[in-house]
Amino acid sequence: MNASQELQIKGLFPFPIDLPSLTDEIPLGLVVLDTDRRIVLINRAFEAISGFSMGDASGLLCFNILRSQLCVQKCPLKEMDVNSEAVCIETDMINRERERIPVLINLSPIKDTQGKLTGFLETVEDLRPLKEVDAKTQQAYGFRHIIGRSQEMTRLFKTVPLVAQTDSAVLITGETGTGKDMLAEAIHQASNRSKGPFVKINCGALPETLLESELFGHQKGAFTGAVENKPGRFRLAHNGTLYLTEVGDLPLALQVKLLTFLDDKVVYPLGSTKGFQANVRVVTATHRNLEMMVKERTFREDLMFRLNVVRLHLPPLRERGDDIRLILDHFLNIFASRFRKDIKKISKKALQILLDYSFPGNVRELRNIVEYAVNICPKGHIQPAHLPAYLMDSKSQNAPSALDEAEPSDWSTSRIRPTIETGEPKTWASMERDIIMAALVKAGGRRNRAADILGWGRSTLWRKMKQYKIDGQ
Amino acid sequence: MTVEQKILITLYGDQVAPRFDLATEVQILQLADDGRLMEEKTVVLPRASAEQLCHLVLVEKIRAVICGGIEDEYYKYLTWKNVRVFDSVIGSCKAAVKRFRSETLRSGDILREPVARGKNGTES
Repeated sequence: MNASQELQIKGLFPFPIDLPSLTDEIPLGLVVLDTDRRIVLINRAFEAISGFSMGDASGLLCFNILRSQLCVQKCPLKEMDVNSEAVCIETDMINRERERIPVLINLSPIKDTQGKLTGFLETVEDLRPLKEVDAKTQQAYGFRHIIGRSQEMTRLFKTVPLVAQTDSAVLITGETGTGKDMLAEAIHQASNRSKGPFVKINCGALPETLLESELFGHQKGAFTGAVENKPGRFRLAHNGTLYLTEVGDLPLALQVKLLTFLDDKVVYPLGSTKGFQANVRVVTATHRNLEMMVKERTFREDLMFRLNVVRLHLPPLRERGDDIRLILDHFLNIFASRFRKDIKKISKKALQILLDYSFPGNVRELRNIVEYAVNICPKGHIQPAHLPAYLMDSKSQNAPSALDEAEPSDWSTSRIRPTIETGEPKTWASMERDIIMAALVKAGGRRNRAADILGWGRSTLWRKMKQYKIDGQ
Repeated sequence: MTVEQKILITLYGDQVAPRFDLATEVQILQLADDGRLMEEKTVVLPRASAEQLCHLVLVEKIRAVICGGIEDEYYKYLTWKNVRVFDSVIGSCKAAVKRFRSETLRSGDILREPVARGKNGTES
């Protein structure tokens, strides 16, 4: 019998097929061993992981090729018999290229037609891609990666680790793109519940009826189409954190139900009389002004008081002063390395354009702008031409215009409009000077407030005041 | 004058250990320049550690290491310290030493023992 005849599968198809032609197409490392743990077959995926060819490996004891911690410390195959269940273990191996690779190994016995043990099957999954994703996720949501040097952010950084250690309800407020989701997940990761689930639900994304079933679950037969029991997000978040984003969009009827849960910590699925005691920490977020909504009677005051135990406000980027530069450099480094581009920094002109911009989309918008610029810029320094075109338009039109389209319940106060006199013609510089003066007068000389009225960052206002020789005193 | 050299082999039973960092037993051989065995000792380490093993290599003034899989970091460190590293060697310690003494050992060598054939042609 020659080798090729030995490695054939018969009976599966009308004609025999080569076993390697089948196993080589499986993108998971496969190792077939005999009862002495000598290698009978490895597939192409395992050849790629280990660096050993089938010719090298054939007949060798498996620990010589697999070289995992498991092999040396406690090989499960030593005690595996025909009745043993498959064993799945995460470990690492060192391949021929001297790389240490995290792997997930699954070991199971192979029986012949008589039910006798004839060998073992090992599957070896390379966990490097998964570990990389994990690393990226941790980086993206890691608390220490929410960066900022501004006073508001520094205060927030001091508060969050303390808040994370408790089970108090947290309400995160801030404009869109300020990092509410990131902060919510950071709180979860820094808490004792980090091993439990982090379940997120967007209250504004689903219609009322669906949202109720999604949040609290339903019992089989509770309504037409409820063909099976559904646990609901509260139950899924048991021993973890439930993050309700856009809680301002929660319908009034569900606000009552949420209120009841916050009081009793018991979830009653739709159509069920039996409650479930859920150990869940509730973190909520909204870009809406809940106080205003309470006044307008679109949000229950008692619910707001329950959610508003610990309030964390994320300031808009335009109010974070020098953080723009910090975050800009941070994203520039990230995208330059991710796209493998030799981009050193941003040119002075391009930087000026960004500093003058009001970022209505906040950090998310800045991140997208940098991603765009890194994509467009071939190498060297990012120039104004590499920035999205709308930035130039908004620059010529004046920054506050972008803010005019902000939500009616915007956190910042009303904007100021310059009074255009019909007398002698004015230059743009003198117009801008008048606008700044008017804002300063309205703000009673407080620069922070004036910057807010103008929709500018404090640093922008300070620079412009210097440019127009306006003495803040 | 006789120039002696010391070699270290990581052990897993009588085989070259599959992993440098997990070896808890090593054999240190002192060879004369003509390949004659001058001295032989086995060292049992309190725990497996690549760092401790590297330290031992330097303290014992080892000139060559024979091992199985080794991480690049330790390979580079040892070669930087002028230690010759024969890694990914598969086979018995005896066969590896024999190859080394005949100056034919290379990294990645698979030293298969000659196997006796049974009556039906299978290995025994």
